[in-house]
Amino acid sequence: MKKLSMPAKIYLIIVFVILYAPIFYLIYYSFNSGGSMHDFESFTLEHYRAVFEDSRLLVILINTVIIALLSGLISTIIGTLGAIGIFSIKRRNIRNILLSLNNILIVSPDVVIGASFLILFTMIGVKLGFASVLISHIAFSIPIVVLMVLPKLLEMNPNLIDAAQDLGATRRDVLYRVIIPYIKPGIFAGFFMALTYSLDDFAVTFFVTGNGFSTLSVEIYSIARVGISLTINALSGIIFVVTVLIVIGYYFVTRRTKFANGGIGRL
Amino acid sequence: MRDRVAKGPLIPYLLWIVFFVIAPIALIIYYSMLDLQGNFTLENYKRFFSPVYLKMAFTSFFYAILITFFTLLISYPTAYFLTKTKHKHLWLMFIIIPSWINLLLKTYAFIGIFGLYGPINAFISVFGIEPKQILFTDFSFLFVSVYIFIPFMIMPIFNSIDKLNPSLVDAARDLGASPFTTFRRVIWPLTIEGVKSGIQVTFIPALSLFMITRLIAGNQVITLGTAIEQQFLVAQNWGMGSTIAVFLVLIMFASMIFTAKRTKGGRV
Repeated sequence: MKKLSMPAKIYLIIVFVILYAPIFYLIYYSFNSGGSMHDFESFTLEHYRAVFEDSRLLVILINTVIIALLSGLISTIIGTLGAIGIFSIKRRNIRNILLSLNNILIVSPDVVIGASFLILFTMIGVKLGFASVLISHIAFSIPIVVLMVLPKLLEMNPNLIDAAQDLGATRRDVLYRVIIPYIKPGIFAGFFMALTYSLDDFAVTFFVTGNGFSTLSVEIYSIARVGISLTINALSGIIFVVTVLIVIGYYFVTRRTKFANGGIGRL
Repeated sequence: MRDRVAKGPLIPYLLWIVFFVIAPIALIIYYSMLDLQGNFTLENYKRFFSPVYLKMAFTSFFYAILITFFTLLISYPTAYFLTKTKHKHLWLMFIIIPSWINLLLKTYAFIGIFGLYGPINAFISVFGIEPKQILFTDFSFLFVSVYIFIPFMIMPIFNSIDKLNPSLVDAARDLGASPFTTFRRVIWPLTIEGVKSGIQVTFIPALSLFMITRLIAGNQVITLGTAIEQQFLVAQNWGMGSTIAVFLVLIMFASMIFTAKRTKGGRV
Protein backbone atom coordinates (compact mmCIF):
# COMPACT_ATOMS: atom_id res chain seq x y z
CA MET A 1 0.00 0.00 0.00
CA LYS A 2 1.25 3.42 -0.93
CA LYS A 3 1.74 6.07 1.68
CA LEU A 4 -0.23 9.28 1.60
CA SER A 5 1.47 12.04 -0.33
CA MET A 6 2.10 15.42 1.28
CA PRO A 7 -0.67 17.30 -0.59
CA ALA A 8 -3.14 14.57 0.36
CA LYS A 9 -2.22 14.94 4.01
CA ILE A 10 -2.59 18.72 3.85
CA TYR A 11 -5.96 18.31 2.15
CA LEU A 12 -7.19 15.99 4.90
CA ILE A 13 -5.91 18.34 7.58
CA ILE A 14 -7.77 21.26 6.01
CA VAL A 15 -11.01 19.26 5.86
CA PHE A 16 -10.64 18.26 9.50
CA VAL A 17 -9.92 21.83 10.57
CA ILE A 18 -12.98 23.14 8.70
CA LEU A 19 -15.20 20.41 10.15
CA TYR A 20 -14.14 21.08 13.73
CA ALA A 21 -13.52 24.84 13.66
CA PRO A 22 -17.17 25.91 14.16
CA ILE A 23 -17.60 23.51 17.06
CA PHE A 24 -14.47 24.66 18.84
CA TYR A 25 -15.36 28.25 18.06
CA LEU A 26 -18.64 27.76 19.92
CA ILE A 27 -16.94 26.11 22.87
CA TYR A 28 -14.16 28.72 23.04
CA TYR A 29 -16.62 31.57 23.43
CA SER A 30 -18.64 29.63 26.00
CA PHE A 31 -15.86 30.69 28.41
CA ASN A 32 -16.10 34.35 27.43
CA SER A 33 -17.29 36.74 30.12
CA GLY A 34 -17.98 39.37 27.46
CA GLY A 35 -21.33 37.99 26.40
CA SER A 36 -20.77 37.87 22.65
CA MET A 37 -19.09 35.57 20.13
CA HIS A 38 -16.30 38.06 19.40
CA ASP A 39 -13.78 39.95 21.58
CA PHE A 40 -12.84 37.41 24.21
CA GLU A 41 -12.68 39.32 27.50
CA SER A 42 -11.83 36.93 30.29
CA PHE A 43 -12.31 33.34 31.30
CA THR A 44 -15.51 32.49 33.12
CA LEU A 45 -17.71 29.51 33.86
CA GLU A 46 -20.81 31.62 34.44
CA HIS A 47 -22.48 30.40 31.25
CA TYR A 48 -22.11 26.81 32.38
CA ARG A 49 -23.61 27.74 35.70
CA ALA A 50 -26.42 29.46 33.82
CA VAL A 51 -27.24 26.22 32.00
CA PHE A 52 -27.70 24.38 35.27
CA GLU A 53 -29.63 27.21 36.89
CA ASP A 54 -32.03 27.68 33.99
CA SER A 55 -34.82 25.32 35.04
CA ARG A 56 -36.72 25.83 31.79
CA LEU A 57 -33.69 24.76 29.76
CA LEU A 58 -33.13 21.76 32.04
CA VAL A 59 -36.74 20.65 31.57
CA ILE A 60 -36.29 20.90 27.80
CA LEU A 61 -33.07 18.91 28.06
CA ILE A 62 -34.80 16.17 30.07
CA ASN A 63 -37.74 16.16 27.62
CA THR A 64 -35.33 15.70 24.73
CA VAL A 65 -33.61 12.77 26.40
CA ILE A 66 -36.90 11.12 27.44
CA ILE A 67 -38.31 11.45 23.92
CA ALA A 68 -35.10 9.99 22.47
CA LEU A 69 -34.98 7.02 24.84
CA LEU A 70 -38.70 6.20 24.62
CA SER A 71 -38.92 6.58 20.86
CA GLY A 72 -35.68 4.61 20.47
CA LEU A 73 -37.01 1.76 22.61
CA ILE A 74 -40.47 1.54 21.02
CA SER A 75 -39.24 1.94 17.45
CA THR A 76 -36.59 -0.73 18.07
CA ILE A 77 -39.27 -3.18 19.23
CA ILE A 78 -41.65 -2.48 16.33
CA GLY A 79 -38.83 -2.31 13.81
CA THR A 80 -37.20 -5.56 14.95
CA LEU A 81 -40.54 -7.38 14.84
CA GLY A 82 -41.17 -5.86 11.43
CA ALA A 83 -37.79 -7.03 10.15
CA ILE A 84 -38.48 -10.56 11.42
CA GLY A 85 -41.91 -10.38 9.76
CA ILE A 86 -40.46 -9.22 6.42
CA PHE A 87 -37.84 -11.96 6.67
CA SER A 88 -40.54 -14.58 7.15
CA ILE A 89 -42.39 -13.55 3.98
CA LYS A 90 -41.48 -15.92 1.17
CA ARG A 91 -43.03 -14.09 -1.78
CA ARG A 92 -40.33 -11.91 -3.20
CA ASN A 93 -42.53 -9.19 -4.68
CA ILE A 94 -44.48 -8.63 -1.44
CA ARG A 95 -41.19 -8.36 0.39
CA ASN A 96 -39.91 -5.79 -2.10
CA ILE A 97 -43.10 -3.73 -1.83
CA LEU A 98 -42.78 -3.65 1.96
CA LEU A 99 -39.12 -2.64 1.70
CA SER A 100 -39.92 0.20 -0.72
CA LEU A 101 -42.66 1.45 1.62
CA ASN A 102 -40.17 1.15 4.47
CA ASN A 103 -37.67 3.37 2.69
CA ILE A 104 -40.12 6.15 1.86
CA LEU A 105 -39.79 7.80 5.29
CA ILE A 106 -36.00 7.55 5.17
CA VAL A 107 -35.67 9.51 1.94
CA SER A 108 -38.63 11.83 2.55
CA PRO A 109 -37.67 15.43 3.24
CA ASP A 110 -38.19 16.36 6.90
CA VAL A 111 -40.54 19.21 6.06
CA VAL A 112 -42.85 16.88 4.17
CA ILE A 113 -42.86 14.36 7.04
CA GLY A 114 -43.51 17.18 9.51
CA ALA A 115 -46.28 18.77 7.45
CA SER A 116 -48.05 15.48 6.71
CA PHE A 117 -47.87 14.35 10.35
CA LEU A 118 -49.27 17.73 11.39
CA ILE A 119 -52.27 17.12 9.13
CA LEU A 120 -52.60 13.55 10.42
CA PHE A 121 -52.54 14.54 14.10
CA THR A 122 -54.99 17.38 13.57
CA MET A 123 -57.37 15.06 11.73
CA ILE A 124 -57.39 12.24 14.27
CA GLY A 125 -57.34 14.70 17.15
CA VAL A 126 -53.99 14.06 18.84
CA LYS A 127 -53.15 17.07 20.95
CA LEU A 128 -49.90 18.70 19.79
CA GLY A 129 -47.23 18.34 22.45
CA PHE A 130 -45.39 15.46 24.10
CA ALA A 131 -47.59 12.73 22.56
CA SER A 132 -47.43 14.02 18.99
CA VAL A 133 -43.65 14.53 19.17
CA LEU A 134 -43.10 11.07 20.65
CA ILE A 135 -45.31 9.36 18.05
CA SER A 136 -43.56 11.19 15.21
CA HIS A 137 -40.13 10.23 16.48
CA ILE A 138 -41.18 6.59 16.78
CA ALA A 139 -42.63 6.74 13.27
CA PHE A 140 -39.53 8.11 11.56
CA SER A 141 -37.14 5.84 13.49
CA ILE A 142 -38.84 2.52 12.67
CA PRO A 143 -37.54 2.22 9.06
CA ILE A 144 -33.90 2.74 10.06
CA VAL A 145 -34.21 0.00 12.71
CA VAL A 146 -35.60 -2.36 10.03
CA LEU A 147 -32.67 -1.53 7.76
CA MET A 148 -30.18 -2.27 10.54
CA VAL A 149 -31.78 -5.57 11.63
CA LEU A 150 -32.74 -7.12 8.27
CA PRO A 151 -29.18 -7.71 6.97
CA LYS A 152 -28.37 -9.61 10.17
CA LEU A 153 -31.41 -11.86 9.60
CA LEU A 154 -30.46 -12.44 5.97
CA GLU A 155 -26.92 -13.45 6.82
CA MET A 156 -28.15 -15.94 9.41
CA ASN A 157 -27.76 -19.56 8.37
CA PRO A 158 -31.33 -20.96 7.93
CA ASN A 159 -30.08 -24.34 9.11
CA LEU A 160 -29.86 -22.84 12.60
CA ILE A 161 -33.65 -22.50 12.73
CA ASP A 162 -34.15 -25.97 11.25
CA ALA A 163 -31.73 -27.49 13.72
CA ALA A 164 -33.46 -25.80 16.66
CA GLN A 165 -36.85 -27.06 15.49
CA ASP A 166 -35.56 -30.58 14.89
CA LEU A 167 -34.27 -30.54 18.41
CA GLY A 168 -37.78 -29.79 19.62
CA ALA A 169 -37.77 -25.99 20.06
CA THR A 170 -41.14 -24.24 19.84
CA ARG A 171 -41.62 -21.13 17.70
CA ARG A 172 -41.21 -19.05 20.81
CA ASP A 173 -37.93 -20.76 21.66
CA VAL A 174 -36.71 -20.26 18.11
CA LEU A 175 -37.48 -16.55 18.30
CA TYR A 176 -36.03 -15.87 21.75
CA ARG A 177 -33.16 -18.34 21.87
CA VAL A 178 -31.98 -18.50 18.28
CA ILE A 179 -33.05 -15.50 16.20
CA ILE A 180 -32.88 -12.66 18.74
CA PRO A 181 -29.43 -13.57 20.14
CA TYR A 182 -28.10 -13.83 16.61
CA ILE A 183 -29.41 -10.45 15.44
CA LYS A 184 -28.56 -8.62 18.68
CA PRO A 185 -25.79 -6.46 17.17
CA GLY A 186 -28.27 -5.28 14.51
CA ILE A 187 -30.86 -4.48 17.17
CA PHE A 188 -28.34 -2.44 19.15
CA ALA A 189 -27.20 -0.58 16.05
CA GLY A 190 -30.85 0.14 15.22
CA PHE A 191 -31.55 1.47 18.71
CA PHE A 192 -28.46 3.65 18.53
CA MET A 193 -29.45 5.07 15.14
CA ALA A 194 -32.98 5.72 16.40
CA LEU A 195 -31.51 7.65 19.34
CA THR A 196 -29.38 9.84 17.10
CA TYR A 197 -32.28 10.41 14.69
CA SER A 198 -34.42 11.56 17.56
CA LEU A 199 -31.79 13.77 19.20
CA ASP A 200 -30.88 15.39 15.91
CA ASP A 201 -34.34 16.01 14.58
CA PHE A 202 -35.47 19.56 14.21
CA ALA A 203 -37.87 19.95 11.27
CA VAL A 204 -40.41 17.25 12.13
CA THR A 205 -40.54 18.27 15.79
CA PHE A 206 -40.86 21.91 14.80
CA PHE A 207 -44.06 21.10 12.88
CA VAL A 208 -45.77 18.81 15.38
CA THR A 209 -44.83 20.48 18.65
CA GLY A 210 -47.42 22.67 20.27
CA ASN A 211 -46.90 25.82 22.27
CA GLY A 212 -46.09 24.29 25.63
CA PHE A 213 -43.64 21.61 24.59
CA SER A 214 -40.15 22.02 23.18
CA THR A 215 -37.08 19.94 22.46
CA LEU A 216 -33.50 21.14 22.41
CA SER A 217 -33.32 21.67 18.64
CA VAL A 218 -36.51 23.72 18.58
CA GLU A 219 -35.33 25.75 21.58
CA ILE A 220 -31.94 26.50 19.99
CA TYR A 221 -33.72 27.58 16.82
CA SER A 222 -35.95 30.02 18.63
CA ILE A 223 -33.02 31.46 20.61
CA ALA A 224 -30.83 31.72 17.49
CA ARG A 225 -33.59 33.59 15.64
CA VAL A 226 -33.43 36.31 18.25
CA GLY A 227 -29.64 36.51 18.50
CA ILE A 228 -26.69 35.14 20.37
CA SER A 229 -26.81 33.71 23.87
CA LEU A 230 -23.66 32.25 25.37
CA THR A 231 -25.75 29.82 27.40
CA ILE A 232 -26.24 27.97 24.11
CA ASN A 233 -22.45 27.93 23.66
CA ALA A 234 -22.00 26.39 27.09
CA LEU A 235 -24.68 23.86 26.22
CA SER A 236 -22.90 22.92 23.02
CA GLY A 237 -19.69 22.42 25.00
CA ILE A 238 -21.47 19.94 27.25
CA ILE A 239 -23.14 18.21 24.30
CA PHE A 240 -19.83 17.92 22.46
CA VAL A 241 -18.09 16.20 25.38
CA VAL A 242 -21.03 13.81 25.89
CA THR A 243 -21.18 13.01 22.16
CA VAL A 244 -17.47 12.27 21.94
CA LEU A 245 -17.69 9.96 24.97
CA ILE A 246 -20.67 8.10 23.48
CA VAL A 247 -19.02 7.78 20.07
CA ILE A 248 -15.79 6.44 21.55
CA GLY A 249 -17.76 3.99 23.68
CA TYR A 250 -19.77 2.87 20.66
CA TYR A 251 -16.60 2.49 18.60
CA PHE A 252 -15.03 0.15 21.13
CA VAL A 253 -18.25 -1.84 21.64
CA THR A 254 -18.69 -2.44 17.89
CA ARG A 255 -15.00 -3.21 17.51
CA ARG A 256 -15.34 -5.86 20.19
CA THR A 257 -18.41 -7.49 18.63
CA LYS A 258 -16.71 -7.47 15.22
CA PHE A 259 -13.73 -9.16 16.77
CA ALA A 260 -15.96 -11.69 18.53
CA ASN A 261 -17.80 -12.50 15.29
CA GLY A 262 -14.51 -12.89 13.50
CA GLY A 263 -13.44 -15.31 16.21
CA ILE A 264 -16.54 -17.44 15.72
CA GLY A 265 -16.02 -17.38 11.98
CA ARG A 266 -12.55 -18.80 12.28
CA LEU A 267 -13.60 -21.80 14.36
CA MET B 1 -37.86 -23.23 5.95
CA ARG B 2 -38.72 -19.60 6.45
CA ASP B 3 -42.49 -19.92 6.66
CA ARG B 4 -42.15 -21.64 10.03
CA VAL B 5 -41.28 -18.28 11.57
CA ALA B 6 -44.43 -16.65 12.92
CA LYS B 7 -46.04 -13.83 10.92
CA GLY B 8 -47.63 -12.26 13.99
CA PRO B 9 -44.69 -9.83 14.56
CA LEU B 10 -45.60 -8.13 11.32
CA ILE B 11 -48.89 -6.66 12.59
CA PRO B 12 -47.60 -3.55 14.44
CA TYR B 13 -45.21 -2.90 11.60
CA LEU B 14 -47.99 -3.10 9.00
CA LEU B 15 -50.11 -0.73 11.10
CA TRP B 16 -47.18 1.68 11.11
CA ILE B 17 -46.93 1.49 7.30
CA VAL B 18 -50.65 2.22 6.92
CA PHE B 19 -50.78 5.11 9.39
CA PHE B 20 -47.40 6.77 8.97
CA VAL B 21 -46.35 6.01 5.41
CA ILE B 22 -49.46 5.64 3.27
CA ALA B 23 -51.90 7.87 5.17
CA PRO B 24 -49.60 10.94 5.33
CA ILE B 25 -48.91 10.84 1.59
CA ALA B 26 -52.62 10.39 0.88
CA LEU B 27 -53.44 13.31 3.20
CA ILE B 28 -50.88 15.58 1.52
CA ILE B 29 -52.39 14.81 -1.89
CA TYR B 30 -55.91 15.34 -0.53
CA TYR B 31 -55.08 18.67 1.12
CA SER B 32 -53.30 19.90 -1.99
CA MET B 33 -56.72 19.96 -3.66
CA LEU B 34 -58.42 22.05 -0.98
CA ASP B 35 -58.64 25.82 -0.75
CA LEU B 36 -58.61 27.88 2.46
CA GLN B 37 -62.31 27.23 3.08
CA GLY B 38 -61.89 23.48 2.56
CA ASN B 39 -63.59 23.38 -0.85
CA PHE B 40 -62.35 21.10 -3.57
CA THR B 41 -60.26 23.01 -6.12
CA LEU B 42 -57.27 22.78 -8.43
CA GLU B 43 -56.43 26.43 -7.81
CA ASN B 44 -53.29 25.52 -5.81
CA TYR B 45 -51.79 23.68 -8.74
CA LYS B 46 -52.58 26.59 -11.03
CA ARG B 47 -50.80 28.87 -8.57
CA PHE B 48 -47.81 26.56 -8.41
CA PHE B 49 -47.38 26.87 -12.16
CA SER B 50 -47.43 30.66 -11.99
CA PRO B 51 -44.10 32.43 -12.63
CA VAL B 52 -43.56 33.31 -8.94
CA TYR B 53 -43.64 29.72 -7.74
CA LEU B 54 -41.88 28.28 -10.78
CA LYS B 55 -39.05 30.72 -10.29
CA MET B 56 -38.78 29.74 -6.63
CA ALA B 57 -38.79 26.04 -7.50
CA PHE B 58 -36.12 26.66 -10.11
CA THR B 59 -33.85 28.61 -7.72
CA SER B 60 -34.31 25.98 -5.05
CA PHE B 61 -33.29 23.32 -7.56
CA PHE B 62 -30.32 25.37 -8.66
CA TYR B 63 -29.06 25.81 -5.09
CA ALA B 64 -29.57 22.12 -4.32
CA ILE B 65 -27.52 21.16 -7.37
CA LEU B 66 -24.75 23.60 -6.38
CA ILE B 67 -24.72 22.31 -2.80
CA THR B 68 -24.60 18.67 -3.95
CA PHE B 69 -21.85 19.43 -6.46
CA PHE B 70 -19.56 21.21 -3.99
CA THR B 71 -20.21 18.62 -1.29
CA LEU B 72 -19.22 15.84 -3.70
CA LEU B 73 -16.20 17.80 -4.90
CA ILE B 74 -14.85 18.07 -1.36
CA SER B 75 -16.00 14.69 -0.06
CA TYR B 76 -14.74 12.34 -2.77
CA PRO B 77 -11.01 13.15 -2.35
CA THR B 78 -11.46 13.20 1.43
CA ALA B 79 -13.02 9.72 1.40
CA TYR B 80 -10.36 8.49 -1.01
CA PHE B 81 -7.43 9.74 1.08
CA LEU B 82 -9.08 8.46 4.25
CA THR B 83 -9.12 4.89 2.92
CA LYS B 84 -5.36 5.22 2.45
CA THR B 85 -4.61 6.25 6.04
CA LYS B 86 -3.28 3.82 8.58
CA HIS B 87 -6.15 3.79 11.09
CA LYS B 88 -8.86 4.52 8.53
CA HIS B 89 -11.86 3.55 10.68
CA LEU B 90 -10.64 5.73 13.52
CA TRP B 91 -10.22 8.69 11.17
CA LEU B 92 -13.64 8.04 9.65
CA MET B 93 -15.06 8.17 13.15
CA PHE B 94 -13.50 11.61 13.62
CA ILE B 95 -15.21 12.72 10.41
CA ILE B 96 -18.53 11.41 11.69
CA ILE B 97 -18.38 13.02 15.15
CA PRO B 98 -19.28 16.53 13.87
CA SER B 99 -22.33 15.07 12.16
CA TRP B 100 -23.60 14.02 15.59
CA ILE B 101 -23.43 17.51 17.01
CA ASN B 102 -26.89 18.95 16.75
CA LEU B 103 -27.49 20.55 13.36
CA LEU B 104 -28.87 23.68 14.96
CA LEU B 105 -25.77 24.21 17.08
CA LYS B 106 -23.50 24.08 14.03
CA THR B 107 -25.71 26.50 12.17
CA TYR B 108 -25.77 28.75 15.21
CA ALA B 109 -21.94 28.77 15.26
CA PHE B 110 -21.92 30.26 11.77
CA ILE B 111 -24.07 33.17 12.90
CA GLY B 112 -21.07 34.19 15.01
CA ILE B 113 -18.39 33.20 12.49
CA PHE B 114 -19.90 35.07 9.55
CA GLY B 115 -21.12 37.99 11.65
CA LEU B 116 -19.96 41.55 11.17
CA TYR B 117 -17.48 41.24 14.07
CA GLY B 118 -16.77 37.56 13.52
CA PRO B 119 -13.39 35.93 12.84
CA ILE B 120 -13.80 35.91 9.04
CA ASN B 121 -14.25 39.65 8.94
CA ALA B 122 -11.44 40.13 11.45
CA PHE B 123 -9.23 38.03 9.18
CA ILE B 124 -9.95 39.90 5.96
CA SER B 125 -9.60 43.27 7.66
CA VAL B 126 -5.93 42.36 8.25
CA PHE B 127 -5.54 42.71 4.48
CA GLY B 128 -7.20 46.09 4.59
CA ILE B 129 -10.58 44.94 3.33
CA GLU B 130 -13.56 46.61 4.92
CA PRO B 131 -15.64 44.26 7.10
CA LYS B 132 -18.91 43.42 5.40
CA GLN B 133 -21.98 41.40 6.21
CA ILE B 134 -21.33 37.83 5.04
CA LEU B 135 -24.36 36.56 6.86
CA PHE B 136 -27.60 36.75 4.90
CA THR B 137 -25.95 36.18 1.53
CA ASP B 138 -26.27 33.20 -0.78
CA PHE B 139 -22.56 32.49 -0.25
CA SER B 140 -23.09 31.91 3.47
CA PHE B 141 -26.10 29.70 2.70
CA LEU B 142 -24.05 27.55 0.29
CA PHE B 143 -21.10 27.34 2.64
CA VAL B 144 -23.09 26.27 5.69
CA SER B 145 -25.13 23.74 3.71
CA VAL B 146 -22.02 22.15 2.19
CA TYR B 147 -20.43 22.10 5.64
CA ILE B 148 -23.45 20.28 7.07
CA PHE B 149 -23.60 17.65 4.33
CA ILE B 150 -19.89 16.75 3.99
CA PRO B 151 -19.84 13.95 6.63
CA PHE B 152 -23.03 12.40 5.21
CA MET B 153 -21.51 12.35 1.72
CA ILE B 154 -18.16 10.99 2.90
CA MET B 155 -19.62 7.93 4.66
CA PRO B 156 -21.16 6.06 1.66
CA ILE B 157 -18.26 7.03 -0.63
CA PHE B 158 -15.73 5.84 1.96
CA ASN B 159 -17.53 2.50 2.19
CA SER B 160 -17.58 1.96 -1.56
CA ILE B 161 -13.90 2.92 -2.01
CA ASP B 162 -13.00 0.74 0.94
CA LYS B 163 -14.67 -2.25 -0.74
CA LEU B 164 -12.79 -1.64 -3.98
CA ASN B 165 -10.24 -4.37 -4.62
CA PRO B 166 -6.83 -2.59 -4.75
CA SER B 167 -5.42 -5.19 -7.13
CA LEU B 168 -7.80 -3.85 -9.82
CA VAL B 169 -6.09 -0.47 -9.52
CA ASP B 170 -2.66 -2.12 -9.62
CA ALA B 171 -3.69 -4.14 -12.66
CA ALA B 172 -4.82 -1.02 -14.49
CA ARG B 173 -1.53 0.70 -13.66
CA ASP B 174 0.51 -2.32 -14.74
CA LEU B 175 -1.34 -2.39 -18.04
CA GLY B 176 -0.16 1.15 -18.67
CA ALA B 177 -3.15 3.29 -17.67
CA SER B 178 -2.32 6.78 -16.48
CA PRO B 179 -3.53 7.74 -12.97
CA PHE B 180 -6.32 9.77 -14.54
CA THR B 181 -7.43 6.91 -16.81
CA THR B 182 -7.29 4.50 -13.89
CA PHE B 183 -9.55 6.82 -11.94
CA ARG B 184 -11.97 7.41 -14.82
CA ARG B 185 -12.22 3.83 -16.06
CA VAL B 186 -11.69 1.77 -12.88
CA ILE B 187 -12.08 3.63 -9.58
CA TRP B 188 -14.98 5.95 -10.44
CA PRO B 189 -17.24 3.32 -12.11
CA LEU B 190 -16.67 0.89 -9.25
CA THR B 191 -17.50 3.45 -6.58
CA ILE B 192 -20.43 5.08 -8.34
CA GLU B 193 -22.96 3.39 -6.01
CA GLY B 194 -21.45 5.19 -3.03
CA VAL B 195 -21.54 8.48 -4.91
CA LYS B 196 -25.20 7.89 -5.77
CA SER B 197 -26.22 7.27 -2.17
CA GLY B 198 -24.18 10.31 -1.16
CA ILE B 199 -26.05 12.41 -3.70
CA GLN B 200 -29.34 11.05 -2.45
CA VAL B 201 -28.66 11.99 1.17
CA THR B 202 -27.60 15.48 0.08
CA PHE B 203 -29.83 16.57 -2.76
CA ILE B 204 -33.30 16.01 -1.27
CA PRO B 205 -32.48 17.61 2.12
CA ALA B 206 -30.79 20.49 0.26
CA LEU B 207 -34.09 21.18 -1.50
CA SER B 208 -36.05 21.16 1.70
CA LEU B 209 -33.83 22.69 4.40
CA PHE B 210 -35.55 25.62 5.97
CA MET B 211 -33.71 26.34 9.19
CA ILE B 212 -30.44 27.17 7.43
CA THR B 213 -32.19 29.50 5.02
CA ARG B 214 -34.00 31.23 7.88
CA LEU B 215 -30.99 31.57 10.18
CA ILE B 216 -28.13 32.06 7.74
CA ALA B 217 -29.59 33.39 4.54
CA GLY B 218 -32.21 35.69 6.00
CA ASN B 219 -34.79 36.09 3.29
CA GLN B 220 -32.20 36.00 0.50
CA VAL B 221 -32.83 32.38 -0.37
CA ILE B 222 -36.21 30.67 -0.43
CA THR B 223 -36.15 26.93 -0.95
CA LEU B 224 -39.10 24.59 -1.45
CA GLY B 225 -38.75 23.66 2.21
CA THR B 226 -38.92 27.27 3.36
CA ALA B 227 -42.02 27.77 1.24
CA ILE B 228 -43.75 24.74 2.79
CA GLU B 229 -42.92 25.90 6.30
CA GLN B 230 -44.14 29.41 5.43
CA GLN B 231 -47.45 28.12 4.06
CA PHE B 232 -48.09 25.69 6.92
CA LEU B 233 -46.96 27.60 9.98
CA VAL B 234 -47.11 31.27 9.02
CA ALA B 235 -49.74 31.71 6.32
CA GLN B 236 -51.80 28.77 7.65
CA ASN B 237 -52.57 27.83 4.04
CA TRP B 238 -52.25 24.08 4.32
CA GLY B 239 -53.61 23.54 0.81
CA MET B 240 -50.86 25.49 -0.91
CA GLY B 241 -48.23 24.02 1.43
CA SER B 242 -49.41 20.52 0.54
CA THR B 243 -49.24 21.31 -3.17
CA ILE B 244 -45.58 22.28 -2.85
CA ALA B 245 -45.02 19.17 -0.72
CA VAL B 246 -46.57 17.01 -3.48
CA PHE B 247 -43.94 18.32 -5.89
CA LEU B 248 -41.20 17.67 -3.38
CA VAL B 249 -42.45 14.08 -3.03
CA LEU B 250 -42.47 13.69 -6.82
CA ILE B 251 -38.87 14.95 -7.02
CA MET B 252 -38.00 12.55 -4.24
CA PHE B 253 -39.42 9.58 -6.17
CA ALA B 254 -37.56 10.72 -9.28
CA SER B 255 -34.29 10.85 -7.36
CA MET B 256 -34.97 7.42 -5.84
CA ILE B 257 -35.34 5.98 -9.35
CA PHE B 258 -32.26 7.86 -10.54
CA THR B 259 -30.08 6.62 -7.69
CA ALA B 260 -31.57 3.11 -7.62
CA LYS B 261 -29.10 0.28 -8.00
CA ARG B 262 -28.86 -0.91 -11.59
CA THR B 263 -29.55 -4.59 -12.05
CA LYS B 264 -26.52 -6.71 -12.63
CA GLY B 265 -25.51 -7.56 -16.17
CA GLY B 266 -26.37 -4.12 -17.49
CA ARG B 267 -23.92 -1.57 -18.80
CA VAL B 268 -21.44 -0.59 -16.14
